[in-house]
Amino acid sequence: MAANLNLLTTNLTTIFTHQIVNLENKLGELTLVVSDIDMLEVLTRLRDDPNLRFEQMIDLCGVDYCTYGSDICEGGAYLKSDIVPDAYPSRFAVVYHLLSLTHNIRLRVRVFAKDDDLPILNSVASIWPCANWYEREAFDLYGIVFTGHPDLRRLLTDYGFVGNPFRKDFPLSGHVEMRYDPEQQRVVYQPVSIEPRELVPRIIREEHYGGLK
Amino acid sequence: MAEIKNYTMNFGPQHPSAHGVLRLVLELDGEVIERADPHIGLLHRGTEKLAEHKTYLQSLPYMDRLDYVSMMCNEHAYVMAVEKLLGLEVPLRAQYIRVMFDEITRIMNHLLWLGAHALDIGAMTVFLYAFREREDLMDVYEAVSGARLHAAYYRPGGVYRDLPDSMPLYQASKIHNANAVKKMNENREGSLLDFMEDFANRFPACVDEYETLLTDNRIWKQRTVGIGVVTPERALALGFSGAMLRGSGIAWDLRKKQPYEIYNRLDFDIPVGVEGDCYDRYLVRVEEMRQSNRIIKQCISWLRQNPGPVIVNNFKVAPPKRESMKQNMEELIHHFKLFTEGMHVPSGEAYAAVEHPKGEFGIYIISDGANKPYRLKIRAPGFAHIAALDEMARGHMIADVVAIIGTQDIVFGEVDR
Repeated sequence: MAANLNLLTTNLTTIFTHQIVNLENKLGELTLVVSDIDMLEVLTRLRDDPNLRFEQMIDLCGVDYCTYGSDICEGGAYLKSDIVPDAYPSRFAVVYHLLSLTHNIRLRVRVFAKDDDLPILNSVASIWPCANWYEREAFDLYGIVFTGHPDLRRLLTDYGFVGNPFRKDFPLSGHVEMRYDPEQQRVVYQPVSIEPRELVPRIIREEHYGGLK
Repeated sequence: MAEIKNYTMNFGPQHPSAHGVLRLVLELDGEVIERADPHIGLLHRGTEKLAEHKTYLQSLPYMDRLDYVSMMCNEHAYVMAVEKLLGLEVPLRAQYIRVMFDEITRIMNHLLWLGAHALDIGAMTVFLYAFREREDLMDVYEAVSGARLHAAYYRPGGVYRDLPDSMPLYQASKIHNANAVKKMNENREGSLLDFMEDFANRFPACVDEYETLLTDNRIWKQRTVGIGVVTPERALALGFSGAMLRGSGIAWDLRKKQPYEIYNRLDFDIPVGVEGDCYDRYLVRVEEMRQSNRIIKQCISWLRQNPGPVIVNNFKVAPPKRESMKQNMEELIHHFKLFTEGMHVPSGEAYAAVEHPKGEFGIYIISDGANKPYRLKIRAPGFAHIAALDEMARGHMIADVVAIIGTQDIVFGEVDR
């Protein structure tokens, strides 16, 4: 696998001379970062080029980087720390896990959405049809908008749900709860009544803590 | 000519063949499906968000509850991702135990799938037969972990404990007298490995029984041959994996292609379909059960000969032995820190995938060095499969939708997460 990764690294650097923002080989996994402007071109080429041939998109996931490296938590939601420098260029990113069956190799591609308030990326549903639902999921949970998506609707949350539950500023207990009201004889929504709590605090230790790597 | 009106039909979320809580909105032309719009998320519990608020060890039992018919395989992907980030070397015996239980899990999953799928499209008996064998495997789960379903047996760095020397025995009751119980306990007198060996010896004959009921059955073939055909190209584009991909004729199995644990030391074959219809996927899964049985036999003979540790000897990750914890201050501190603060996983990101009974099950962890994952993403095979339901069901009858849901082997625990 290691020889394959080196070959893939060489192939990627020769094919995408200008588009690579970062290319990293860590833990035996290759991560490619490209900008949102180049993403469609790069991803199409990744699928079609005979030296790359990533026929399958295994996974697509949204990530919210806004509290990365911070261990402050309040009211069930994580907060950004003022001390920790921004580890990433912008708040939202989408991570694609690609698999090439021809070359038996995997690649991770990360694309950052420039605008933190309204993250917009291109849809890859035209490149890999299975991206359709994965993008709906990322739209639902993170509020990332995919332009060119055929049918961008919420997927996992309740009908009429408000908010993007996987964002770091969304509390774990949510905002509304549901119960049966015997007086009105129907199910009603009301603000959550449970107190947010954190059983084990989030703690970040120094590097190589406990002799681990 | 009579005027035919198109109409929209709601299927589920409470429907016995919806395999849980699937709501389908079907647009019909007479009885022919024109469009199927699956509404999922009725079992969404936010496992990934919950994991961000729990330590690495506390999240492990959530994995059992994803695909709740193949519990240990889910745990396996999770512990592999954590181990990758930690850079841990797992003891060989633990790897064999994990592989054996992965294959036990695969047989359990396929037995449930076979029974439920057959029941959905009209064959009652297979369900009863399949659950008879499944019960034995449940007992093995219980013997090793204490729980029949949600085992929480794997740990980052190995497994919770070694295989037990005894199996639980049946007790005499109003229904079974002492003689009957003695007969039922015959193969349970020895260790877990003895019981598993006995199971592995009689299981191929059981698979023959299921095949006698179905493989050449005219009704079974009428319901499955030519239904839900997926070409190899579409199967790749739609993100299929596992038996759904192999049924379409692509010989892709992570156990062979990207071997993890000790799969490269084992001898087994990968069955592949030809037509890509429901019947071929049925044949692939039945053959997979036979191959899993072969793997289990090889694991049993290795495990008998090679005793050893089953979890790493690193107290930052695995707890110290109970006896030493009671006597040494340092071990006590390690134990306390591990179960109050949890383990600290170095910052970075890792993706680990296993060949789950349903396909490729992957866990993607982003860690920022804390005692909890920064982001955990579960790549569930069923998610990609149910997304393709629309394409697979188009042009088929309503009754065939049931067959297609069955052949996809959908479990909503993993689809909705």
